[in-house]
Amino acid sequence: MTDFLNALVVFANFVFIPALTYGCQLALGSLGVTMIYSVLRFSNFAQGETMAFGTVITIMMTWWLQSLGVSLGPLPTALLALPVGILVTSWLLLATDRYVYRYYRTQRSKSITFVMASLGVMFIMNGLVRLLLGPNDQNFADGERFFLTADAFRAWSGLDEALVIRTSQALTILLALILVGLLFWFLQRTKTGKAMRAYADNENLALLSGINPDRIVRITWIITAALATVAGVLYGLDKGYKPLAYYNLLLPIFAAVIVGGIGKPIGAVVGGFIIAFSEVIVTYAYKKVLTYLLPPDLAPDGLVQLLSTEYKFAVSFVILVIVLLVKPTGIFKGKVL
Amino acid sequence: MTYLVGENLTGGYGSGPSILNGCNISVDKGEIAVIVGPNGAGKSTAMKSFLGLLNLKEGKVTLDGKDITHLAPQARIGEGIAFVPQTENVFVSMTVEENLEMGAFLRTDDYQDTMGQIYDLFPILKEKRYQLAGQLSGGQRQQVAVGRAMMTKPTVLLLDEPTAGVSPIVMDELFDRILEVKSTGMAVLMVEQNARQALEIADRGYVLVMGENKHTGSGQALLADPIVRKSFLGG
Amino acid sequence: MSQRPSSQPLQDNTVRASIAFLVMAGLLILIGVTQSWALALTILNLCIISALMALGVNIQWGYAGLFNVGIMGFAALGGLAMIIISMPPVKEAWQAGGTRVLFALLAILATLSAALFVHKLLKGKRWHGWAIALVVILGVVLSRSILDPGVTAIEAVNPASTGYLGGLGLPVVLAWMVGGLLAAAAAWLIGKIALGLRSDYLAIATLGISEILVAVMRNEDWLTRGVKNVTGLPRPVPYELELQQTPWFINLVERINAGSLAGLNSNEYATVLQSLVVDSASIFVKLCYTGLFALVLIIILQLCVLALDSPWGRMVRAIRDNEVAADAMGKDVTGRHLQIFILGSAVVGIAGAMLATLDGQFTPGSYSPLRFTFLIWVMVIVGGSGNNLGAVLGGFLVWLIWVEAEPVGFWLMDVLTSGMGDDSGLRKHLLDSAQYMRVIIMGAVLLLVMRFSPWGLLPEQNRQA
Repeated sequence: MTDFLNALVVFANFVFIPALTYGCQLALGSLGVTMIYSVLRFSNFAQGETMAFGTVITIMMTWWLQSLGVSLGPLPTALLALPVGILVTSWLLLATDRYVYRYYRTQRSKSITFVMASLGVMFIMNGLVRLLLGPNDQNFADGERFFLTADAFRAWSGLDEALVIRTSQALTILLALILVGLLFWFLQRTKTGKAMRAYADNENLALLSGINPDRIVRITWIITAALATVAGVLYGLDKGYKPLAYYNLLLPIFAAVIVGGIGKPIGAVVGGFIIAFSEVIVTYAYKKVLTYLLPPDLAPDGLVQLLSTEYKFAVSFVILVIVLLVKPTGIFKGKVL
Repeated sequence: MTYLVGENLTGGYGSGPSILNGCNISVDKGEIAVIVGPNGAGKSTAMKSFLGLLNLKEGKVTLDGKDITHLAPQARIGEGIAFVPQTENVFVSMTVEENLEMGAFLRTDDYQDTMGQIYDLFPILKEKRYQLAGQLSGGQRQQVAVGRAMMTKPTVLLLDEPTAGVSPIVMDELFDRILEVKSTGMAVLMVEQNARQALEIADRGYVLVMGENKHTGSGQALLADPIVRKSFLGG
Repeated sequence: MSQRPSSQPLQDNTVRASIAFLVMAGLLILIGVTQSWALALTILNLCIISALMALGVNIQWGYAGLFNVGIMGFAALGGLAMIIISMPPVKEAWQAGGTRVLFALLAILATLSAALFVHKLLKGKRWHGWAIALVVILGVVLSRSILDPGVTAIEAVNPASTGYLGGLGLPVVLAWMVGGLLAAAAAWLIGKIALGLRSDYLAIATLGISEILVAVMRNEDWLTRGVKNVTGLPRPVPYELELQQTPWFINLVERINAGSLAGLNSNEYATVLQSLVVDSASIFVKLCYTGLFALVLIIILQLCVLALDSPWGRMVRAIRDNEVAADAMGKDVTGRHLQIFILGSAVVGIAGAMLATLDGQFTPGSYSPLRFTFLIWVMVIVGGSGNNLGAVLGGFLVWLIWVEAEPVGFWLMDVLTSGMGDDSGLRKHLLDSAQYMRVIIMGAVLLLVMRFSPWGLLPEQNRQA
């Protein structure tokens, strides 16, 4: 029995909680992509770099606050800097809309033209991010490191293995919950949110109802900026800021969006968790879990790892391919054509 | 003074050729005006000229005596003109009630009364108010579409082939509903393929050919006119 | 995109093209005179390869509107072909694990055919998907259990210099063709999956496959030596060192430089001749590459022209000009798009193999989306989407700007910040950031050309208005 509990704790510690955290981060990032898709009707390749940009601004603000001696006690100072990050990122996204995308909207260009423009924006942001903070990794997490420490858990449970929850993980899950809740409330219950859904559903009819498209587009960019910045900062707090990591998030995010059904917010959230859990489950080495579960003479020699972590985004890709082959509309019937 | 008047309408889409060649269409409050005619006669185009979606080279549009010829489409909605497109006229991913709410988007007053009126007019919508509009039948969707347009509290309702693609029974029911809408004092202008049935409820009828008025008169008069019967109503 | 006005006279473009390429030549000569001829030739060679990649992408974008965000992966496949075709085989590694690798390949093929068989057999049944999943999982476990010990054995063979299987030791030009074939195969797979759906999906799928292909090359040491790189790829041209010893070459250099050599005493004569021979050898080798690459470029350009004038090409153009109408007339739009996607990717694959040849090494770590996907797109858009000659011009011009922008940008920053003093932190930061400015400027160029000159430097000729 203790062996089983130990195995469970190891699983929770190395698979469940990391996957849950990662899933929350992906869900927030994917929501941004799906919102842009449903309102502006293109896949935004700049989403990863938007997350990086929001994080960079937040980090710079955090450093400034730290230099003033401001802190949030046990919580990371980055939380205080977050609103500034969101603000500046919103401003940047609105500027890209004003100077890049709006023209193609008035021209009623094909969606692929928008996608290509977003590739251009992506690389401008890519340069901007490195210009501001350099190409190196940064660690900007401060405050209490653990929400639940190994000692506290061992003392409470009496098990050999310990369940450790880092502050960044607890914070990610909490913030994601709040934000996703807020977003769904906004979309389902407020007049502006409903207008946004109406615009996404049927642009012409929305115009006939007197909905102002410019306002809808603006709000969509601001929401995307907020979601992307929060997702980026949480990812950075959790795993450290690495400029390239945000580019690499692009594939899992797109996979999550398509798996859930492109243009469907609920799909983006569910898709985010599907991708995150698949990735972590497939790349985790189960040696320790199995050692507890199996009798000693059956204990595995190898790592019992299905796929090495270098190939983790192959998981996203395989899931993406399966969805495209089997059900291109995704779980929640998004748009295909 | 007739409420909505289009005089000597001439023009087409963008810089394209003229589709309307000096046609006159008008409708008063508490009336139904129907535009009929062969394919390509410019029926829908004539209606869209009232919405401001056309580039008018000549002619003018007045609403309650006020010249709105150069008003943007968005502004006309505020002036009380509501339009029901022929297709894709409901928000399929939203509930019936949300569809109606979207109709009231520009309104700042309490629109519960209007919604109540619409539910009285279309009882089936009240029954299905929490269902997604995309899951309704064709006839029910048309009712949602008309309901959404009425939520703007318009004085003029423009309907583009409201009975396209619905069964004859549903068509009769829809026309009954439109008669009720008219009785609320609204001016109704519609384009119809089912010319005979539409003219039966029409106070004014316009037969358009090549963007020009061919025949004009009350619905009954047109129905009685042997030339109209022969050429446009199939005998 | 909106239609271009049809009134533009035909010869207008020929003139534009000639002027543009003359300007290009002038710029290269300028570099040759002010910097060095070897540098000018290095840039020219990379220009040709870039032009070839841009040509491949232009085939996809210009003729079918296919947005390929995975150029990097297809180019890397070309590099891989260089290893597996032209490197000499490592006999010990083959003995250590070759059979296992071959059997693992067989197991993978068997898994694929079993999955296909199950798919056909159970089509429509409820547990169809689960059955395929089971087959695939069993297949993966089986092939991994065969492959893994083999891989360990191979990687243990002299890891410092080999530790991989090597290649087949065949001629380099064959490797270029195989590079095209590998890229074509990958394109077929991706096209089959993603074409016919939303146009964005192809972009996302190509992004995915390219990341995975490069990850495989970075991590599968038994195949590519991974980050340890494969150096000393065979060459289709002579080596500089050999050339320096070759009598006819020395004679040639002597004859060409007879004027400047005259009047030197024998001691000076030998030293000067020696250094002249060294310089000339390097230039000679680069010229050989230039000739070879230019030949490939011209052949492929010519094939493009021939293909577009054929009935197939007419159908392609018909589809491009009006996809809906072509579809309504019963043309197989998706099928045609698949062919175009494969052909374009194959050209990128060939260019990728040529690039590895020119570098003389395969370095999986050097494949970045910035350099291999984004930059190529800038070339295509700047050159003129849809126009092959435009893509070639874009390849030349953008590559030249890309290489020269770094020194120029650095110099500019240096001059601008010279007043700050050497120990200024801001000055250092600005100097470091010159390379990122380059990326930002390229992004801006892409967006500006797309917006204000959507047909690029050389607009397409026979597009119907």
